Amino acid sequence: MTTYVLRGVRPYGEAPVDIVITDGFITELAAPGTGQGEVIDAEGLIALPGFVDLHTHLREPGREDAETIESGSQAAALGGFTCVHAMANTDPVADTAGVVEQVWHIGREVGLVDVRPVGAVTVNLEGTHLAQIGAMANSAAGVTVFSDDGKCVHDALLMRRALEYVKAFGGVVAQHAQEPRLTENAQMNEGALSGKLGMVGWPAVAEEAIIARDVLLAEHVDSRLHACHVSTAGSVEVIRWAKSRGVNVTAEVTPHHLILTEDLVESYNPVYKVNPPLRRKEDVMALREALADGTIDALATDHAPHPHEHKDCEWGAAAMGMLGLQTAFSVVMETMVEPGLLDWRGVADRMSVQPARIGGVATQGQPIEVGSSANIVVVDPQARWTVVADELASKSSNTPFAERTFPGTVVHTFYAGRPTVLDGVLA
Amino acid sequence: MRHLLSAADLDRDRALLILDTAAEMAALSDRSVKKLPTLRGRTVVNLFFEDSTRTRISFELAAKRLSADVINFAAKGSSVSKGESLKDTALTLEAMGADAVVIRHWDSGAPHRLAHANWIGGSVINAGDGTHEHPTQALLDAYTMRRHLRDGKGALEGVRVGIVGDILHSRVARSNVLLLQTLGAEVTLVAPPTLLPIGIETWPCEVSYDIDAVLPKVDAVMMLRVQQERMHAAYFPTAREYSSLYGLNGDRMRLLPDHAIVMHPGPMNRGMEISAEVADSDRAVMVEQVANGVSVRMAVLYLLLGGAKELSE
Repeated sequence: MTTYVLRGVRPYGEAPVDIVITDGFITELAAPGTGQGEVIDAEGLIALPGFVDLHTHLREPGREDAETIESGSQAAALGGFTCVHAMANTDPVADTAGVVEQVWHIGREVGLVDVRPVGAVTVNLEGTHLAQIGAMANSAAGVTVFSDDGKCVHDALLMRRALEYVKAFGGVVAQHAQEPRLTENAQMNEGALSGKLGMVGWPAVAEEAIIARDVLLAEHVDSRLHACHVSTAGSVEVIRWAKSRGVNVTAEVTPHHLILTEDLVESYNPVYKVNPPLRRKEDVMALREALADGTIDALATDHAPHPHEHKDCEWGAAAMGMLGLQTAFSVVMETMVEPGLLDWRGVADRMSVQPARIGGVATQGQPIEVGSSANIVVVDPQARWTVVADELASKSSNTPFAERTFPGTVVHTFYAGRPTVLDGVLA
Repeated sequence: MRHLLSAADLDRDRALLILDTAAEMAALSDRSVKKLPTLRGRTVVNLFFEDSTRTRISFELAAKRLSADVINFAAKGSSVSKGESLKDTALTLEAMGADAVVIRHWDSGAPHRLAHANWIGGSVINAGDGTHEHPTQALLDAYTMRRHLRDGKGALEGVRVGIVGDILHSRVARSNVLLLQTLGAEVTLVAPPTLLPIGIETWPCEVSYDIDAVLPKVDAVMMLRVQQERMHAAYFPTAREYSSLYGLNGDRMRLLPDHAIVMHPGPMNRGMEISAEVADSDRAVMVEQVANGVSVRMAVLYLLLGGAKELSE
C-alpha cells in the first residue's frame, strides 16, 4: 500500500510536521520535509481528526432522487467527514437487521466514509412497539445508536423501555425531542414572529419538556441518552442541570442552529424550513456557549436532502430540512473559531472525538499521533469560499447558505489511510 | 406598488387613496350602467384554493365592473386536486396572460411566495392566506367605519375599535390591526387567552379578556367567526360557554355607545359569536360591508392595474 506524507501540516494548529500514513495508520510524525512517501502538500494547513457526523440523512433506501449513500458519502468527504451516522427514517425504515446491513454494505462499497447505520427505536418509527434493537446491534452493521429521528419517542413508558433495553448492547437512544401535541402542524418557532406571520408555532417548551423528562428517565434506569439537534436556550439549561447531577446524557447541535435565526422565515422561502425550527438570537448565542463549554458535546449536521420540488413551493407544502455536510466546518469556523469560542483542539473534540465516542466508533476520533487510524482532515482556515448550491455533491440543493461566503475550506480528507479528497476535490 | 399582500404594504397615503378611490367607485354603482371600461382587455384570475364564495364573487364583480376578463380557478375539481403544485398552477396562469392573480390559499404566506418566487409576472392580490392576512377585508372594514363614524372622509384618528373572537386564527384581525393602526384608530382585541397568539403584547393594540369592559368604550365592534373545528380543540370548554362569555347578544349590544356600529366579516354563526337580535339590529352593518367590499376591490384592482402610476408614485 502507498505511503502518504502530509507535508508541513500543523496538527491542531500546532508545530508543523510531516504526517506519514501507511496501511491505514499514522506511522510517523516526522520533521517537516523529512517524511518519505507520496507527498501531499499541506504547508501551513491544519490537520484534525476526521469529522464524525452523528446525524446524517442519506435517504437510501427509498428516496434516491434526493440523496444516495454514494452522493451523501461524497458530500461528507468533501466536508471533511470520515464517518457519518445514517439516520433510520428511510423507506423502508431501518428497523431490522436486513436494512441496517444493506446500508452498511453499500457504505463500505462506496468506501468514502465510515457509514454507520442508526437503527430505529420503534417499528416503522410508529412509536408503539420496540424495533429489533438486539438484532440490529448484533448484525454486521453493529448498530449502537438508536433513534426514531424525525419523530419523537413520546410515549414515556416506551422511552423508558428503550433506554433500559439498549443497555444490554452498550447502546444509546438518540431522541428527537418534540412533544407531538404541542407541535401539531407546527411551522416555525413560536413567538411574536409566528403570531405576526400567522404560522402555527413550534414552542421551545415542546423540546425542553421532552428533554427534561428523558434525562430523568435516563437517570432512573441508569442508561445513556443523547439529545438530537438541541435548539433552545432552555434545553441547554436542562442538559447542564442533568449533567451536574451526573446523568449520562450527551447532546448535539446543528450548524444551522448556530448561525441562522427565525427572522429568515419572514421571506416565506422554504429553504429555511427545518425541524426543529430556526430559533431566536438568544437561543443561537446560548447554543454557541454550550458547545464551547461542553454542555453540548458534539456538532451534528442533520444533513437533510430534499428534492427540488419539495422546496420550490409554498411554505406549508414544503419539506423540513437543510443540507449540512459541506458547510458544517465553515459554520463552525465562523461561529466558534473566529469569535474565539473554540480552539483547534476544541474543534477536533466537538466534531470528531465526542461524536465518535457517543456513536461508539472506536476507529474514529483518534488523536493525531503515531498508531492512530489515519482518519484525518486538513483544513485551510485562511481561505474563503462562496457556496453554490448546484455545485454541492449532494443530489439535492436545499442549502440555506447559497451565495453566502464563508471562512475555512476542507483541502484534504483521508479516510482509513486513503485520500478521499485532495485539494478540495474528490480523489 | 405591484402587489397587495399585507395591510402593512399600505402607508397612510396609499390606504387613503384606496378608500377615496373606493368612494368614487361606490358612486358608480348608483348609476344604471355600472361598468367602467378601465380594465378592458386585462385578465384577472381568481385563484381560490379555499372555498369562499362571498370573497370570490366580490372580486369577480369588482373586476367585471371594470370591464376586465375574469377567470375563476377553484382548487376543487381542478388540476390542483390532482396534485398540481402552486408553482405549476402559477406557470399555467402566467402562460395564459393573467395580469392579476387574486389568491385565496390555506397556507400563510402563499401569496407572498407567488409574488416573489419568479413564477409569474403579474400583480398578486392576497384574498386571504391561512391565518395570516386578508388586506382587502381590512380595507372594506376601514371604509365602512369611515362612512359611519367620519362622514366618509379622511383617516380614522381616534376611532376606537373592538375586535372580538378567535384572534389567533384570524387573518381579518391581523390585517385590521395593521391597517387601523396606520389610519390612526385605537384597537382593542378581546378574546380568551387561548385564542390570542403568543407575542400579542408586541402588537400595536390593547388586549382584554373582558368584553363587557370594552364595549362601552368603542365606536365599532367587530365580531369574528369561531370556526367549527376550534370547538373541539380545547380552546374553550364548550360553545355555550364561549357564547356566554364572548358572544355579542342584545344585552351586551346595549353596553355600546349609541353611535357605535356592529361589524362581522361573515359568514356569521348566529347564536354563537353573535345573536340573531344583534345581527338583525339597526347597528349591524354586515350587508353594507359586503357592498363596500366590491367598491374597495374595484379600487385595488384599478390602482394596481389601471392606475398603477398613481399608487406607485
